[in-house]
Amino acid sequence: MEGKKKETGVVYRQQEIATGIFDMWIETTLAAQARAGQFISVYTQDKSMLLPRPISICEADAANGRLRIVYRVAGKGTKEFSGYRAGTRVDILGTLGNGFPSAEAVGKRAFLIGGGIGIPPMLALAKEMEGAASRDIILGYRNNELFLSEELMRYGMVHIATEDGSAGVKGNVMDAIAANEMQADVIFACGPLPMLRAVKEYAQAHDIPAYISLEERMACGVGACLGCVVKTREKNHHSHVNNARICTDGPVYLATEVELP
Amino acid sequence: MNTTVTIAGVTFKNPVMTASGTFGSGMEYSEFVDLNRLGAVVTKGVANVPWEGNPTPRIQETYGGMLNAIGLQNPGIDVFIERDIPFLRQFDTRIIVNVCGRSIADYVEVVERLGDQPVDMLEINVSCPNVSHGGIAFGQNPDCLFEITKEIKAKAKQPIIMKLSPNVTDIAEMARAAEAGGSDALSLINTITGMKIDIHKRTFALANKTGGLSGPAIKPVAVRMVYQAANAVKLPIIGMGGISNAEDAIEFMLAGATGVAVGAMNFVNPYATQEVAAGIEDYMRQYHIEALSEIIGGVR
Repeated sequence: MEGKKKETGVVYRQQEIATGIFDMWIETTLAAQARAGQFISVYTQDKSMLLPRPISICEADAANGRLRIVYRVAGKGTKEFSGYRAGTRVDILGTLGNGFPSAEAVGKRAFLIGGGIGIPPMLALAKEMEGAASRDIILGYRNNELFLSEELMRYGMVHIATEDGSAGVKGNVMDAIAANEMQADVIFACGPLPMLRAVKEYAQAHDIPAYISLEERMACGVGACLGCVVKTREKNHHSHVNNARICTDGPVYLATEVELP
Repeated sequence: MNTTVTIAGVTFKNPVMTASGTFGSGMEYSEFVDLNRLGAVVTKGVANVPWEGNPTPRIQETYGGMLNAIGLQNPGIDVFIERDIPFLRQFDTRIIVNVCGRSIADYVEVVERLGDQPVDMLEINVSCPNVSHGGIAFGQNPDCLFEITKEIKAKAKQPIIMKLSPNVTDIAEMARAAEAGGSDALSLINTITGMKIDIHKRTFALANKTGGLSGPAIKPVAVRMVYQAANAVKLPIIGMGGISNAEDAIEFMLAGATGVAVGAMNFVNPYATQEVAAGIEDYMRQYHIEALSEIIGGVR
């Protein structure tokens, strides 16, 4: 059944695919409704941590009822998740957020840009996207631990940038775009704020739309608490002020609609 | 078995409510909860004009709790009357509108606009710690609290509930000031002012520097204050602060609360309100309680 819900999933399998980066498949009915760019909120078992951790969906296997998340261990909560073995029960809330408008790529040359832990949702997007004229997948990593890059090669031309120069172009995703003289008609991006700022600037300079996925500290995840807002250019239809809720109006926005902090 | 409670002449089908600011105007959580099962929906604070609220980050987790510094972002009373009240009217639940302002005139304007609206009670937020003129001054000085209560009561068409701040030395004195000003009921506690520092970035974890602490971590403080307020005044009390389940709610009722509100725990368990309502019925069955008046203020 479609709609947001909180339910108990079961870890199907989990492995560390790069230093501190974990790849977890969860058996859940939410798999059937998941779309690229959406996220789930994952609850810890340690109840001293109240709030669920919002984690983007990397992939959904609707047929088998499994969702895949790939996340970085960033604190106590994700540290707990990283210890889960197959069979561990895990409470999740989902599916949340609007997702990427993948149909906007039809007939167009698309860039799929992922930076660091912003790379996982690009796999879901690459799988979901149909009818694009071309797909250049530009990935930014810290070093040569190129998680998910091989899987992404099945869905388009992968270009890699690394901060330390140990693989691909030395630098960031924008350096990789410049080095390969690539062009696009539409951009989809997820990654750290400096990367998103650069993507927004690039898209404006080339007068093309860029759909960027944002993150912020969240409490409810469903649009009630107004904790996770981003400043918007126009008055938001819901808030009637220049704030949009990242958890429900987003996390994906047309770059020109939002003011990046 | 009778689960109803009456507060200032308004009868609620059960004592379970939502704590202002944690439930929007019910729309978002209506995907999870049957609002018809709740005693009341207490809305997020609404002001005379739209408020932008604070910069982000507005939320941080703490041990067994959370800090928020939303800053009372709200769409203003016009949108609220046009959109939120009609939405809530679809359900068989009471509507309590939380009113915020920067001056007595702001509060009075909202209260007057709501005068002919189909809402059951008004909760007056004189205790938000996150906006510089969000009423906290009114809620921390008994003379100011008396004054604003009197002014609002003179204009209000619905019964008013003054929402008290826990950030005071003597909660009983504040409860008495609100009672003297003519309040029909009290709700407490609002959040406790707190701070978290990010040791890696060496800066405040919230953009607003301070925020309001809520969640299970504050429950013993809230129970104590409800007890003290209940013993200081004759007014009915809506108790809140870290209520997670029916056991917590019963504890507040024994301390003297007639109504109970679920706040931060909505974020942890979106079904919490409904589960608290069901759990109170279980407790009544277990102890053969016919009416909740048997337990309200049961400890002395």
